[in-house]
Amino acid sequence: MVQFQLLWEYFKQYMKARLEYRWDFISQFFTDLMSQAINLVFILVVFGHTQHLGGWSRYEVIFIYGYFLIPWAVFTSFFNLWGFNDKYIIRGELDRVLTRPVHSLIQVIMESMAPESLMGVLTGGIVMGWAVWHLPLDWAWYDPLLFIMFVLGGVAVYAGIYVALTSISLYSDSKSDIQPIVYNIGTYGRYPVNIYSKIIQFVLTWILPFAFVGFYPASYLLGNGDWKVYAMLTPVIGAVFFSLGLYSWNRGIENYKGAGS
Amino acid sequence: MIRMYAEIIRIRFLMMLAYRVNYYSGILIYSLNIGAYYFLWTAIYGGQGSINGFTALQMATYIAISWMSRAFYFNNVDREIATEIRDGTVAIQFIRPYNYLMVKVFQSFGEGIFRLVLFSVPGMFLVSLIFPIQLPGFGWIWLKFALSLFLGFVINIQINILVGILAFFVLNNQGMLWAKRMIVDLLSGLTIPIAFFPIWAQWVLKALPFQAISYLPSVVIVKDLSGSAFWGAVGVQAMWCLLLLIPIQMIWNKARHTLVVQGG
Repeated sequence: MVQFQLLWEYFKQYMKARLEYRWDFISQFFTDLMSQAINLVFILVVFGHTQHLGGWSRYEVIFIYGYFLIPWAVFTSFFNLWGFNDKYIIRGELDRVLTRPVHSLIQVIMESMAPESLMGVLTGGIVMGWAVWHLPLDWAWYDPLLFIMFVLGGVAVYAGIYVALTSISLYSDSKSDIQPIVYNIGTYGRYPVNIYSKIIQFVLTWILPFAFVGFYPASYLLGNGDWKVYAMLTPVIGAVFFSLGLYSWNRGIENYKGAGS
Repeated sequence: MIRMYAEIIRIRFLMMLAYRVNYYSGILIYSLNIGAYYFLWTAIYGGQGSINGFTALQMATYIAISWMSRAFYFNNVDREIATEIRDGTVAIQFIRPYNYLMVKVFQSFGEGIFRLVLFSVPGMFLVSLIFPIQLPGFGWIWLKFALSLFLGFVINIQINILVGILAFFVLNNQGMLWAKRMIVDLLSGLTIPIAFFPIWAQWVLKALPFQAISYLPSVVIVKDLSGSAFWGAVGVQAMWCLLLLIPIQMIWNKARHTLVVQGG
């Protein structure tokens, strides 16, 4: 419970710092909203020319996108690790973190979190709601519970992969461009994976399982049984990949030697 | 004067060459984007042979060409200018015997040429191995494309400069720069060719400068424009090149007189 108390303290500090620069705060918010709106415009324009995208209707694709936004928002709020190499390795902040009695990853996460990105959960909810309005969905009483499990699983998939990628910096302090590459692969998970070739489907399922963040769970929630097994696997895949990420982080910390002087 | 600017292009080119390894990942990222849009559009076409005057093959070619052109015209001049305004180094630039904005333009041109040669060309080769696309053989069309692409570069950098020098008035414009980048990608026709927007949106987009950055050059080569269609496209681009000079000059003049160096 100490961790949660700490999280709260960090959060308060964060809000104080953030509100000092209100314009940044607001502009960040509008930038997020803008990028989501642009992706929606893309889907809407595309469906001006076709009735189905790989067998999915307009509102089903919108639903999948809206669903994807939710785990994505939770992930970006708490695993804002983009600047890790610069801040913690090159500038040596990690040495400070390591002298403190809380797990290093938790500290790094708390120091770099961006809770305003949680607004994306609301946006995703609205987008999903808009799609549901037009779809004849029939949810069982346990589906909302599954929904929460799917979201957590999706967050764990993203978190595991990015923690693992970030921990590469612990082994070698040279900059690598692997994060933007993986980010771009991640965008593939926002659309029905059956439109991609078999190799890409395999990669998105087993190697970099981004399909579990967006498409598989969303297809189950849309009442499509074809990918049900995969949807149910979401929490398992999440647990496996998060453990892998955590393992490589812990090994990296043991291995960490500092960046010179 | 011209020798100096030629030297600026050369130096930036060599600078980029020193860090060329960074560009391999760039090729991969662009190929990933091309792949994503390729599969999406293939699914959209389904069995349909042609939509809004684009065949499926032309569409695939359009995606590849427009992304690889982006590698040429894209630059971070907006952010560079904004940073130099924020940390005050812009004041030093003012007393040097050159035109600050022109130096930025030529530096980016050096950067663009570097990426065209070491990024777009091999990238295009890679992409043509993976996806079925159809490029014209050697001929005048490549020269026409080069002219149109160059004008697209000029318009893009003019817009970047405009947004960058707004930092004189809005002290922290990071968010604005991000938003601008996404808007340009959408409105320039990179993600969706202008001809695919609803009619009313096409009217709006054709009245804006963004389509001249990506859509017009890509259409020139994909549809093998000639005669009045080609000169019409290039004419629109040339018009924007001139028109955009006006707001830049106005803001620049105003900004230089109201310069407040932050901090220090």
